[in-house]
Amino acid sequence: MTPDLGDLYQEVILDHNRQPRNFGALPGANRRAEGFNPLCGDRVTVQLEMQDGVVQDIRFQGSGCAISKASASMMTESLKGRTREHAEEMFREFHRLLTGVAGAPDAAALGKLVVFGGVREFPVRVKCATLAWHTLRSALENAPDIATTE
Amino acid sequence: MTAPADLRASTPRGGAVARGAKTAFDVKSVRGDFPILHQAVFGRPLVYLDNAATAQKPRAVIDALTGYYARDNANIHRGLHQLSERATAAYEETRSKVRRFLNAALDREIVFVRGTTEAINLVAQSYGRTHLGPGDEVLITTMEHHSNIVPWQILCGEKGARLRVAPIGDDGELLLDEFEALLGPRTRLLSVVHVSNALGTINPVKRLVEMAHRRNIPVLLDGAQAAPHLKVDVRDLDCDFYALSGHKLFGPTGIGVLYGRERLLEAMPPWQGGGDMIASVSFEKTTYNRLPYRFEAGTPHIAGVIGLGAALDYLESIDRDGCIAHEDDVLAYATRTIAALPRVRLVGTARRKTGILSFVVDGVHPHDIGTILDRQGIAIRAGHHCTQPLMDRFGVPATARASFALYNTREEVDALAAGVRRVLEVFRA
Repeated sequence: MTPDLGDLYQEVILDHNRQPRNFGALPGANRRAEGFNPLCGDRVTVQLEMQDGVVQDIRFQGSGCAISKASASMMTESLKGRTREHAEEMFREFHRLLTGVAGAPDAAALGKLVVFGGVREFPVRVKCATLAWHTLRSALENAPDIATTE
Repeated sequence: MTAPADLRASTPRGGAVARGAKTAFDVKSVRGDFPILHQAVFGRPLVYLDNAATAQKPRAVIDALTGYYARDNANIHRGLHQLSERATAAYEETRSKVRRFLNAALDREIVFVRGTTEAINLVAQSYGRTHLGPGDEVLITTMEHHSNIVPWQILCGEKGARLRVAPIGDDGELLLDEFEALLGPRTRLLSVVHVSNALGTINPVKRLVEMAHRRNIPVLLDGAQAAPHLKVDVRDLDCDFYALSGHKLFGPTGIGVLYGRERLLEAMPPWQGGGDMIASVSFEKTTYNRLPYRFEAGTPHIAGVIGLGAALDYLESIDRDGCIAHEDDVLAYATRTIAALPRVRLVGTARRKTGILSFVVDGVHPHDIGTILDRQGIAIRAGHHCTQPLMDRFGVPATARASFALYNTREEVDALAAGVRRVLEVFRA
């Protein structure tokens, strides 16, 4: 594999693409948002069960490329049990990792998500990796009463 | 190359000009005419297979553009000076070239627009607004580009009219019985793509026009993908409107053509007001200019028109029959080669196709295919191709699309196949 493609399609990303975690509807959700990338047609729905400012449960649905699917899958894994503030902090670090804007990311805070660092070399794919995170943020901003129809 | 003769002499009502002796089509020599093809991308020779998005330009077109700006740049139809005369002559000569290219009867049936999209919007806003009322219908098909859907939705929304959609089969062919049944007493216009940009299907447009005309329904054909690959004869097709884009036809972006039957154009109101489209203006009353200027408000894309003229000259200079045979061979070879790869499924398997091979790879999203091919110097399109309803019809979010032009080769198809095998490796699929 040429090194640059290997940086993008790391084994853990391919694994989450093949077997996305926390994929499907979340019956107990009280927050929900849909994300859409009109450029490429990728769609993702993020559902959250928030309790006392903590992500009790999170799932996603949708279709997209390996990067967007793996990003959504790994996002759900890293956010379960985290506070809203923590989730927003991770989004900032993740964004920093992908764009290089506002300094070096905090690798320790990102944990396994550092595998997405390779996406930075593929500028047109950055939005694939951030779609789920943008959707998460809009789900977090939803008032609980306009949440889910599920 | 020898002087161009009328290339449409073989078509039923093409001008009966003797065919000049042309050099037999030679893809190697044609490739030499396109400077952009000779470069490396990520260290590999560029394999450009995104021609349905936009085609590359021959040296002659690039030279015509720089030549125009270097020598002749002036506004047209108004200057009394030499440069304006030259620019006007070159602009109007291109109109005649387009007329010959489409085998239209009259220069004034050729309206310059920005592209296919604008041509369709012109018909919707001018013809459509005067001929549609509540309960009337516009008929399109499932395989239309968004540019042949949205203008009609806007119009129908405004008029209380209804957009009807003719279905297609799993092979990407129009279902003719269902199609004909949708041509009803309220149908005011049929607007259909000649060649599908996402599937490559060549629609039997002559037959569709016959069916529509039997019911006095006028027909617009979206020729954006057809014009680069097929000989188009609007009089033989008997269509009422034909739209095409210059940039897919080896010309510049930002220039396109609407052919309209004189009788219909004459009765259509202007859709944009401004300079050049008027005969006289006072604050009380404006008299509109004659055809085609009535539809060309404002200073047009003069350089674009001249570049398009150079592109048509280029196409006339090559052996078009040999070219079409070459393109058919490359597409047939690509179809066999790509379909034989594991986990690959073709989307769009109509019996008559040109230029386009859409496919999906089981377990790999088209965007990932696009990225991996790109790193091997292969440019394809991955996405919905501005045909989201069609993607829904096939139950896929997107496809990978290789689209071919006259300069593509079997060797490039082999590179594509190797690229797709690489995709399978990367994904361990």
